[in-house]
Amino acid sequence: MALLEVKDLSIHFGGVKAVQNVSFSIDQGIVYSVIGPNGAGKTTLFNLITGIYTPTTGEIRLDGETIHGKSPDQLAERGMARTFQNLQICMNMSAVENVMVGAHLRLDRNLFKAALRLPGLRRRDAELRAEATQLMHFVGLDAYVNERADAMPYGALKRLEIARALAMKPRIIFLDEPAAGLNPRETIEVDHLVRKVADSGITVVLVEHDMKMVMNLSDRILVLDYGKKLAEGSGAEVRNNPDVIAAYLGAHA
Amino acid sequence: MQKKLNIGLLIVIFILLAVPFVVPNSFYLDLAIRMAINAMIVLGLNLLIGFAGQISLGHAGFLGIGAYASAVLPTHFGWHPLLAMLGGCVITGILAALVARPIFKLKGHYLAMATLGLGIIINITLRNEAQLTGGPDGMPVPPMSLFGTEIYSDKTWYWIVAALLVIAVWASQNLIDSPFGRALRALHGSEVASQVVGVNVVRYKVSIFVLSAVFASLMGSITAHYIGFVSPNFADFFHSIELVTMVVVGGMASVFGSLVGAVLLTALPQALTSFEGWETVVFGAILMGFMIFLPKGIVPTLAAKFGKGE
Repeated sequence: MALLEVKDLSIHFGGVKAVQNVSFSIDQGIVYSVIGPNGAGKTTLFNLITGIYTPTTGEIRLDGETIHGKSPDQLAERGMARTFQNLQICMNMSAVENVMVGAHLRLDRNLFKAALRLPGLRRRDAELRAEATQLMHFVGLDAYVNERADAMPYGALKRLEIARALAMKPRIIFLDEPAAGLNPRETIEVDHLVRKVADSGITVVLVEHDMKMVMNLSDRILVLDYGKKLAEGSGAEVRNNPDVIAAYLGAHA
Repeated sequence: MQKKLNIGLLIVIFILLAVPFVVPNSFYLDLAIRMAINAMIVLGLNLLIGFAGQISLGHAGFLGIGAYASAVLPTHFGWHPLLAMLGGCVITGILAALVARPIFKLKGHYLAMATLGLGIIINITLRNEAQLTGGPDGMPVPPMSLFGTEIYSDKTWYWIVAALLVIAVWASQNLIDSPFGRALRALHGSEVASQVVGVNVVRYKVSIFVLSAVFASLMGSITAHYIGFVSPNFADFFHSIELVTMVVVGGMASVFGSLVGAVLLTALPQALTSFEGWETVVFGAILMGFMIFLPKGIVPTLAAKFGKGE
């Protein structure tokens, strides 16, 4: 059975139909990419699935359970993680603390135990700090462990978001343009990183404009245009689809 | 990081131990007690404003509830002062929790307006319920009694308040550097990012609002017993603003900034009395100076300058 099923999903903002009747399903353990020209509705689709927006119509199922209308924190409890196209880093915290926040749900969040500095809680926190440091190593940010987030360069922050998402120990991770704004070398590094994440058993859903990266990583690709599903299939299928070519090159097929 | 914070706490303890032996007379001891009480209120408020990034312009209202609970409940209903103090905290906690849910659906200016309104409502209620509260004239507060002895001496009050302050600083530090505290700081840094990692944003905002309100109520009770008198001015809008100013001048999201802000702004009006009638103007000018030259507050600016950080 598919891990994520999306059926006839639509959202309208006033008269703008940002996503219209989109259906697809994502199997466990694959890399699934969503591509399309700017404004095609890719980020909106992510926002719908991860609970930032509530769909106008349609159905979303995670592992068979309807998750329509659930809030982002409820979805996080169900193993859904994401990163953002426009960075959402807590600049008032250190890099490693940003990663530690990702483990929020796995911790004892009790206010009074925290205020009293109970030893069990402290020990767990120390373990978590070590784990977060390990994750920063995994995404290649060893140099920044003790850095303040607001002192880090853009490319490092992109990867810090991935580390934070991984700290959730998610089942499925949504990466919204992880390579946007990166130079070619950094893009290759992120390409390798996404591969490593997928190899660790986490289902990856990717929005990305870098076609080389998309073709390289994806098991399946969904093409959106003007909020509608244009095509779906393997890399080769999508690449040779005349509708897709028309949408990207602007030709009339 | 941990070691540095503890050095800060040791410095606070050292200063608190030294003060009674250094102050020349009871006037300064009184000032020290007021400073310590304000410092605790500001600590609680800074958790809300500086760390969680939520404004409250009505905190003096909660202070007022605590103060009046300690005045009204023992006087009219014969409650033990400690029980009355607890009662004030419970009333404040329930009220804060009830209003916080709808309030925290609001953001920015709306949140400021809603808390402002709440503070004003509490103030007017205290003024108008004259048969219970003495109205605008206020009312006397029976003395606090602990283990059968009534507390009158400033020295005793000083040690009580100093001990509470040490605990408050320690607990705040612990809280900030915990999963709870990280969630608070994260929702300040990026609300959507904290949501997608599983932080129930509204619940955290409500918790910290209630906590800081209860803290203010507790300090209100203590102030009332210490002074021996309450008036609606406790819950005045300007008192709320004064508390927020202490947070901002001392430094947002800084434990020691809260202490510095409270100490400085409690002392400043006393230091300015020689300006005779112009002290408010000078006070305002000094505040403007702080905001222009130390916009991040005293402690964070100095910490950045000397490369220490908290």
